[in-house]
Amino acid sequence: MLLIACPWCGPRAELEFRCGGQGHLTRLTDAMEVSDAEFARYLYMRDNPKGWHYERWNHVNGCRRWFNAVRHTVTHEFHATYKPGEPKPDLPRS
Amino acid sequence: MSNGELRLPTGGRIDRAQPLRFIFDGAGYSGYAGDTLASALLANGVRLVGRSFKYHRPRGILSAGAEEPNALVELGNGARREPNLRATQIELHDGLVASSQNRWPSLDLDIGAINNLASRLLPSGFYYKTFMWPPSFWHFYEHFIRRAAGMGRAATEPDPDRYDHRYEHCDVLVVGAGPAGIAAALAAGRSGARVVLCDEQQEMGGDLLASMALIDGAPAADWVARALGELGALPEVRLLPRATAFGYYDHNAVAIVERVADHLARPGPGLPRQCVWHVRARRVVLATGAIERPLVFRDNDRPGVMLANAARVYLRRYAVACGRRAVLFTNNDAAYGAALDLRAGGMDIAAIVDLRADPKGQRTEAARAQGLRVLAGRAVIGVQGSKAVSGVEVARLQDDASAAILDREQIACDTVLMSGGWTPTIHLFSQSGGKLRFDTETAAFVPDRATQALRSAGACNGATRLSDCLAQGAAAGAAAAQDAGFAAAAPPLPELDPDLDEAPMRHLWVVPSDAPVGHKGKHFVDFQNDVTAADIRLASREGYRSVEHLKRYTTTGMGTDQGKTSNVAALAILAEATNASIPQVGTTTFRPPYTPVTMGALTGRTVGPLLEPARWTPIHRWHVRTGAVFENTGQWQRARYYPMAGEDMHAAVEREVRAARNLVGLFDASTLGKIDVKGPDSARFLDLVYTNSWSKLAIGRSRYGLMLRDDGYIYDDGVTTRLGPEHFLVSTTSGNAAPVLSFMEDLLQTEWPHLKVRLTSVTEQFAVVTLSGPMARRLLAELTRDIDLSPQAFPFMTLRAGTVAGIPVRVFRVSFTGDLSFEIQARASHGLALWHACLAVGEKYGITPYGLEAMHVLRAEKGYIIVGQETDGTATPDDLGMGAMVAHAKPDFIGKRGLKRAELLRPERKQLVGLRLADGEHKPLPEGAHLVNDPGLPPPMPMLGHVTSSYYSPTVGAPIALAMIKNGRARMGEELYAPLPDRVVRARVVAPCFFDPEGKRLHG
Amino acid sequence: MHKTDGDRRVTRYSIFSLARNALKYHEDWPQAWRSPEPKPSYDVIVVGGGGHGLATAYYLAKEHGITNVAVLEKGWLGGGNTGRNTTVIRSNYLWDESAHLYEKSLKLYEGLSQDLNFNVMLSQRGVVNLAHSEHDMRELSRRVHALRLNGIDSDVLSREEVQRLIPILDCSSGARFPVHGASIQRRGGVARHDAVAWGFARAADARGVDIIQNCEVTGILRDGGRVTGVETTRGTIRANKVGCVVAGHASVLAAMAGFQLPIESHPLQAMVSEPIKPVLHTVVMSNAVHAYISQSDKGELVMGAGIDTWNSYAQRGSLFIVEQTVGAVCELFPLFGRLRLMRSWGGIVDVCPDASPIISKTPVEGLYFNCGWGTGGFKATPGSGWVFAHTIAQDRPHPLNAAFALDRFTSGALIDEHGAAAVAH
Repeated sequence: MLLIACPWCGPRAELEFRCGGQGHLTRLTDAMEVSDAEFARYLYMRDNPKGWHYERWNHVNGCRRWFNAVRHTVTHEFHATYKPGEPKPDLPRS
Repeated sequence: MSNGELRLPTGGRIDRAQPLRFIFDGAGYSGYAGDTLASALLANGVRLVGRSFKYHRPRGILSAGAEEPNALVELGNGARREPNLRATQIELHDGLVASSQNRWPSLDLDIGAINNLASRLLPSGFYYKTFMWPPSFWHFYEHFIRRAAGMGRAATEPDPDRYDHRYEHCDVLVVGAGPAGIAAALAAGRSGARVVLCDEQQEMGGDLLASMALIDGAPAADWVARALGELGALPEVRLLPRATAFGYYDHNAVAIVERVADHLARPGPGLPRQCVWHVRARRVVLATGAIERPLVFRDNDRPGVMLANAARVYLRRYAVACGRRAVLFTNNDAAYGAALDLRAGGMDIAAIVDLRADPKGQRTEAARAQGLRVLAGRAVIGVQGSKAVSGVEVARLQDDASAAILDREQIACDTVLMSGGWTPTIHLFSQSGGKLRFDTETAAFVPDRATQALRSAGACNGATRLSDCLAQGAAAGAAAAQDAGFAAAAPPLPELDPDLDEAPMRHLWVVPSDAPVGHKGKHFVDFQNDVTAADIRLASREGYRSVEHLKRYTTTGMGTDQGKTSNVAALAILAEATNASIPQVGTTTFRPPYTPVTMGALTGRTVGPLLEPARWTPIHRWHVRTGAVFENTGQWQRARYYPMAGEDMHAAVEREVRAARNLVGLFDASTLGKIDVKGPDSARFLDLVYTNSWSKLAIGRSRYGLMLRDDGYIYDDGVTTRLGPEHFLVSTTSGNAAPVLSFMEDLLQTEWPHLKVRLTSVTEQFAVVTLSGPMARRLLAELTRDIDLSPQAFPFMTLRAGTVAGIPVRVFRVSFTGDLSFEIQARASHGLALWHACLAVGEKYGITPYGLEAMHVLRAEKGYIIVGQETDGTATPDDLGMGAMVAHAKPDFIGKRGLKRAELLRPERKQLVGLRLADGEHKPLPEGAHLVNDPGLPPPMPMLGHVTSSYYSPTVGAPIALAMIKNGRARMGEELYAPLPDRVVRARVVAPCFFDPEGKRLHG
Repeated sequence: MHKTDGDRRVTRYSIFSLARNALKYHEDWPQAWRSPEPKPSYDVIVVGGGGHGLATAYYLAKEHGITNVAVLEKGWLGGGNTGRNTTVIRSNYLWDESAHLYEKSLKLYEGLSQDLNFNVMLSQRGVVNLAHSEHDMRELSRRVHALRLNGIDSDVLSREEVQRLIPILDCSSGARFPVHGASIQRRGGVARHDAVAWGFARAADARGVDIIQNCEVTGILRDGGRVTGVETTRGTIRANKVGCVVAGHASVLAAMAGFQLPIESHPLQAMVSEPIKPVLHTVVMSNAVHAYISQSDKGELVMGAGIDTWNSYAQRGSLFIVEQTVGAVCELFPLFGRLRLMRSWGGIVDVCPDASPIISKTPVEGLYFNCGWGTGGFKATPGSGWVFAHTIAQDRPHPLNAAFALDRFTSGALIDEHGAAAVAH
């Protein structure tokens, strides 16, 4: 039962959100030029770390806006949530 | 009636002015308000209350609380029957009906007890080693194994009661209202913090309610009453009795189940039976207490063997003597306090058998001074009696505890009270992710490092003295409130009796008897699941040495009590058997719920009609009144067909289709997903999300669009209309409206934030009424004066705004039937009026409302696809014969790159075709049927594809089908076969259009 | 009856050995498997001592004669998803590739107790998939037709047949999502999950496989493009072939070997009620109401939830997922409302974009991965081990798993089983 800080609305219950998986994936602008393998990497391959994870969330039952987050996949602790376009924060040392 | 046998004449916290009657196993008894079922049964001299799971051993009441493994009963009858309830937690009310379980024909005479005689053949895991030959016999064996399963019985009818959920945010949640919890709540509450204090029992106070201690010179219960009075008066404090915190989840979310009405003989109307509270707390204080541990000695499960402190609780809180003559068996000093209390209450303590050779604490001295017989360095090596304790055998322990056959002595008694020390209740702490530490002296896991914002206080934190409990509670409560931003201070300790010195415990995990363990009688570790010390040693011998293996192989800790009384002993016996220390062995993970939670309570109100919102169109009421048969499509409830008297679905659909083809049909298309797209970059945006181009679409014109996913497969389709230079109305499939909106929003926000586009869902803002059929134009002409309906003025795929029946509307000349059609969009609130107007004017044209089923037939006749029916997430535009809709020249659109992958360009892909059946086949093919070249081959047969849509077509006068067939477009005219369970159907591949292939009707 | 082979002593399990041991108070049973120290090198290392890994080792020994094999398990064997799933077994998958793979597994299950001499308590009580709409019926019918032509048992049941088979199921037309019908695979059912792991472990051990528990792999050793062994918490162990079968941790091991997988790890929760007398005699699954449920031989109702949507390695999820699952079960079976939930838990499932597994060679020569089983790996345990053993032994996939290679993500030939797995398996 995560408590998630929407960068626009503040902390809200998990039920209001939907997780969108790995964050900071940018749609290929040169997609037509890359190989099938490159394209598969963009489409399917994911970091899936055991530890801090850059991911995206949608406040789907709230302001409906997307944002980014850094969350730990073992402790579930949020290190940061931030708006799209804002720089990737550094990971905590731990 | 045997009331009052063991009820003391005075004392206790029961209300003697309120006698209650109840029934157990058909016999009537009486008790008092304030009793639990267990205390009332004990007061009536009832010893035997249940049978164990595996051996059907007779069992009594072990404890006085949530840890009870034995005294499980069924409560109530019929729809309100509830199995496996612990008698120790059931509040007595007038008319309560309970019965024992897992026995046949009766509790006293239980055939299943034959398992006990055969127990030598039934050690842990016996079923893994046998029942394998002959292989076919396993089903036979399993039949009997399954019959032996379970404890109580489920209700026989749907649960008639109501449950609720509540959500609460607080500064400090205190779990447990014993001394530590109350002290914590006082410290936090006085600071003004919002505090929730919950406790699983009906009465708050915990062990203080049974204590003879004095606080500030008065009985402890008085201090409790004062403290609760003060807390109750604080405006920000909420007291939740009968409320079990059962789960600790991420980010300080704690789930609590409150038993709102279970204790009431006649619950008030509107009262939910139970309520689950979802509490989000800034800080949590866990004051969950501790559970007394049994000792493991031979036949320690006989009715009459109890936990020592439970006997004290029954005496002090319920004024019940658990027996007339007790032997107390202990490894620690605390039990002496219980012995003294019990004796003061009038129970005869025959002896205190102490495992320790030389116990020397202030309590032991006091006991001796009061003349209690203390047998030190001795052990109870066996219990006599079967359905009730009749005595114990006591012997002196040799120094290495290897065997205990010295100085044997029989002591007659009807009760054995055991005390093996205390196990802190760390379930919630552990669930929260907290790390545990093993305390060697008390042989218990205690909280070490918390990973969430919580503190532990009192007995659950390893404290054994009242002073420590109160001090830890006050400190934790104050600190929690401070952390939450309040100026809190720990109040000074009340005046207490001086602490007594205590001698260390002696840990002897398996008490020997006069035969090796497992050879004679049974040393139970887990009572409910009948796991013995010998079972644990067997598991270890066979290599099941991880704690989890042990648990799963022996089933220890897997019962409804989840090992609350057995956990530590099982670990310790395993540790001994593997020459490891207990912390090396580790502990199993504590999993929610702490105690079992009613499934109805977890469900709350989201069941039945509220399981999922039902969406109705603005015209829904008319469909209902007309007797439409409805169909669920996603959340929508749509009219499937409108049967007239005597019609089945087939007849009704045929009538509706004929009317729509030959005259005019009326269809409620309001569920169609509608997204309003506005902004200067709207056309650019649509160019990116659809395969085709939109920039050049003229205002007032419509175009069919295909939307792909990034991987190149079809995601959605629909007609989009340009309403203005920067304004489009997108329509989506009914089921996909919300996902498509989310998909578009995601792209706009994260990939193309530079595009100036606004999206608004308008699905429910507009009703859509479709007139379709040759008479549609004439009918509509009667309803409108300001729209020129002539084909020249209002051609196919265009839009006109105006009024119909005086209602402002947009009329779209689009068609999903292949016939002349007008889709009329009006404000939702005008939908029903529009519908009625069409019906009224249409009567003379033979207007016929048609439902979803007829609509499907009509569109299939024309070969129009439905995304999700012809497509399954693996179809490309080309597969559907829509390759031309992909504007490859566009620099980019979603799915452009995906379409270029090898698989999507592969020859032999499945393609959309039509099927006509061999002459004489009047029954449509089943949808989902597969087609093959040679039906004579044995399975696995090579399959060519499957039928996606199949109907009897009134227009064609024969069954038709759409199918996705490998290389289908190259197979036109080929004969294929559909092998069905009962026959093989021959089908010819044809073009996927059975009606007006030239489109004359469409454009007419 | 005791066979002695070094420190290995195997007693055949039977009613006779049980009776004989009863006379000796069960004090003479040998250990089910040894706990050997790892050797410096093996022919094959299998990373992951769950059901799939143990089955792989067993079939390497049995089918391919490769017995110099170590199974490395970071915790206790069978402690991951093998010991946390809802034990459903079936092979009624949509696509031919899946159906054949899962059917191979089901066939192996049907003889597994005898093959392993360990009763895995396979209970072929039937698996019923409910349809709650015309759309559901269509999808279900497509699947049943394909299965039949593939030679796999499967039938469509009408609503009336469903009601007769499961009298306590709410089949009334007034339900929010009324039951329209169902498919049934009568050979489907459940098995005792721990017994599958233990049976494979014991049988693999008897054939010489070293099962090494509490041995975590911390690195994958490579020389040029090929694998040479693994670093572990118990030292370096060499092998020219390494098969990784670690479910939720697949991505972690892939990262050690320098590549990514199309996998996300999610919590998947399951739960049981208190044990009650038998009332439910089949496995019931509903995608529309989002529940699947069976009753164990102990009497507990075993219920599976859908995944939590965020990545996690924590083996715990959120309460509302549990509440939704329990609510769905109460919707289907209204008389379960008064029963009580006894225990809930979570596993870490490795979810592929197409809800199908990866059983494949990798960019590293000699390194093989078997992962991506998502929510439904238990039913595949023997079949997965069987084809993975073949893939490792022959250095090429068996025809049954050829389609489940990593390169399908490049070509786009995904095997989309989301329909079959909509809730979970």
